[in-house]
Amino acid sequence: MSTKVVDRSPLTFYERTYLPAILGGLKVTAKHFADTVFKGKSVTMQYPEERWVVPEGYRGAPYLVKDQDGATKCVSCQLCEFVCPPKAIRITPPGADGQPADRRNAEKMPKEFEINMLRCIFCGMCQEVCPEEAIFLQKDYSLTGESRTEMVFNKEKLLKLGGTHAGIQKWKHKLEEAEAQETFPVQTR
Amino acid sequence: MSAPAQPAPAPAPQAPPPVETMTVKVNGKTVQVPKTHPDWQGKPQPTTMLQAARCAGVDIPHYCYHDKLPVAGNCRMCLVEFGTPMMDPATRKPVLNEDGSPKIAKSVLPYEPGTPRGAIACATPISPGMEIYADSKATLQMREAVLESLLINHPLDCPICDQAGECKLQEYSVQHGQAGSRFVEAKVHKPKAVDLGPRIVLDDERCVLCTRCIRFSKDIAGDDALGIVNRGSYNTISAFETGKFDNNYTLNTVDLCPVGALTSKDFRFKMRVWFLKESKSVCTSCGTGCNITVGSREGVVHRYEPRENDAVNGPWMCDSGRLNYKWIGRADRLREVLVRGTRSTWSAALQDLTARLSKAPAGSVAVVASARQATEELYLLKKLAAKTGATTDSVAREGEADRLLVAADRNPNSNGARLTGISFTEAGIRIPEIAAAIEAGTVKTLVVFGEDVTKHGIPAATLAKLETLVVSDILPNATTALATHLLPGAAHAEKRGTFVNVKGRLQKFMKAVEAPGDARAEWEFLHELVHGVTGQNGYSTIEGLFNQMAREVPAFAGLEWAKIGDTGVDVKI
Repeated sequence: MSTKVVDRSPLTFYERTYLPAILGGLKVTAKHFADTVFKGKSVTMQYPEERWVVPEGYRGAPYLVKDQDGATKCVSCQLCEFVCPPKAIRITPPGADGQPADRRNAEKMPKEFEINMLRCIFCGMCQEVCPEEAIFLQKDYSLTGESRTEMVFNKEKLLKLGGTHAGIQKWKHKLEEAEAQETFPVQTR
Repeated sequence: MSAPAQPAPAPAPQAPPPVETMTVKVNGKTVQVPKTHPDWQGKPQPTTMLQAARCAGVDIPHYCYHDKLPVAGNCRMCLVEFGTPMMDPATRKPVLNEDGSPKIAKSVLPYEPGTPRGAIACATPISPGMEIYADSKATLQMREAVLESLLINHPLDCPICDQAGECKLQEYSVQHGQAGSRFVEAKVHKPKAVDLGPRIVLDDERCVLCTRCIRFSKDIAGDDALGIVNRGSYNTISAFETGKFDNNYTLNTVDLCPVGALTSKDFRFKMRVWFLKESKSVCTSCGTGCNITVGSREGVVHRYEPRENDAVNGPWMCDSGRLNYKWIGRADRLREVLVRGTRSTWSAALQDLTARLSKAPAGSVAVVASARQATEELYLLKKLAAKTGATTDSVAREGEADRLLVAADRNPNSNGARLTGISFTEAGIRIPEIAAAIEAGTVKTLVVFGEDVTKHGIPAATLAKLETLVVSDILPNATTALATHLLPGAAHAEKRGTFVNVKGRLQKFMKAVEAPGDARAEWEFLHELVHGVTGQNGYSTIEGLFNQMAREVPAFAGLEWAKIGDTGVDVKI
């Protein structure tokens, strides 16, 4: 790596009076003052009435998504729970007698899925590790609640907040492929 | 007490002194390997390339091969390139290189001498001077190709597969697989979630047709219930009668299955295996004492798995023992110290008991212990009984033995009770005597550990005549309901200790989870009680306690906790 030698020459007498720095600062303040008063261009925002436009790719709170048929995408593989650095995610697997997945062929979906938003650090590892494209960091950045329990978002809440994410629907395609093979001659792509 | 017939009699660890060896080279490293290795039945058979490589510390990937099953050689995963010393056909002398080393003829295709011809390491015996190339370019290429072909129709449903995390297909794919699939055609689909038996689910799409489950059922369990049906790509594992694969050893096929085809209904979708903490333990369902691994997460036991021990259970265990863990996490576990029905503390209850037992006249105390307790606890109870002049016994628990692992004695530690002097040759013969003494009013204090004595010869009406009934148990029952002093104990998965099995194998078990509420390991509070009553100092650690017991109980002479090891030692019974 190349190194850059930073100029650290001693301050001149004029600089040591601090006047140029003070004047420079005043200039910025005066400019913003003029902009606000005469041009109506303010640099601050009236939060929370006014909100910042969240850019694409922003990593906000992670929520669960549904597929285009309205089915839960998560299959309770618990990889996000495993990878989560602050241990914010807790999944309760369905067990053998649990409710089957709400789409055919996927066999499995979580009985409960909780994210403790107070622990979540919005790192995005859950989204990265998810083999089902079921969890995404979305645009919410300001989560508030009146109690700690309120900040533990359950499956129902996460799915509601997450909305829909159209994906490849691999389980559906597998099932269609399998069903096509039930007929003879076997239909191939 | 009939000892169970072992499926594969373990080969004696000390083979006759001069083991005949052979010199082979594995990955360029010269190793001396025994000429024979025990096969699945323990009979000596010529050493195979796979075993020779293992001697050299090289693990050759395989699916269908298993040490304790007949060799099938059908998965082809263990293909390796190899060579043998060249022989001059005329002189029958080895051909030498210029430097004097023997010239090696690599195995090649007969009509294509440039192409290496692999052999399956699991079924090819070694010969003197053989060279095995377990990581040569050709071997790796063969491995990659076999894996690719095994994955052609694999559904890749790892996210919903219970085997994920302990799947050989996943492991070898990481080591030898390709990132992408070249297979563009539609995959062959097979039946999913087939109900094979009361404890087994089969996913035919995931199966690699290694036939381990078939060989196990036929040759080990003696229930020829599984087979392969249909042809070619449509090969599927099938039970003789769907849903009727129900012998007492079916869950071993789940362990054997290198992929996620056979999965346990009990463990189905319960927990991902990578979360499980594995603790070495011993099964308590019968006197065989199969070695197990307890899989637990955050204080909840999720499964038992057999742990290999050739001296006891080999790599197997029975289904009834494996599924006998749910009581550990039961909601009605005893979790409070109760003195005459009111909640107390350990120190208060033990102080009260110490005072009572110290004052009790000789012969007014009786002890009914349980052969489900650890040997150390029985030893402490015996010390307590010796001080108070108490009659002691444990409860016999008999069942039916089978030809493989299940013993007729359903107590895990009958021999421990015998060796520590708690019970006699026949467990339970003194219980009527104790009952009569209570009725007669000579016995005023009864100490019961881990047994519901109302079911074993001391009815509730008799117990009501006692002045003091000290009961330690894990789950509530009719005896705990009558206790004047109720001391909540710990399950074997919640403490450490040792059991002595029906054949006299002393084995230790380790702690997997914490005991609920105020419950404590019995040896912990017994140590305090014995210290109080006898005035003798003891050990507050299991190591010290075991070593003390080994010094005092003749059968355990010379033993030390640290020297027992994970698979136990034989003691004279």
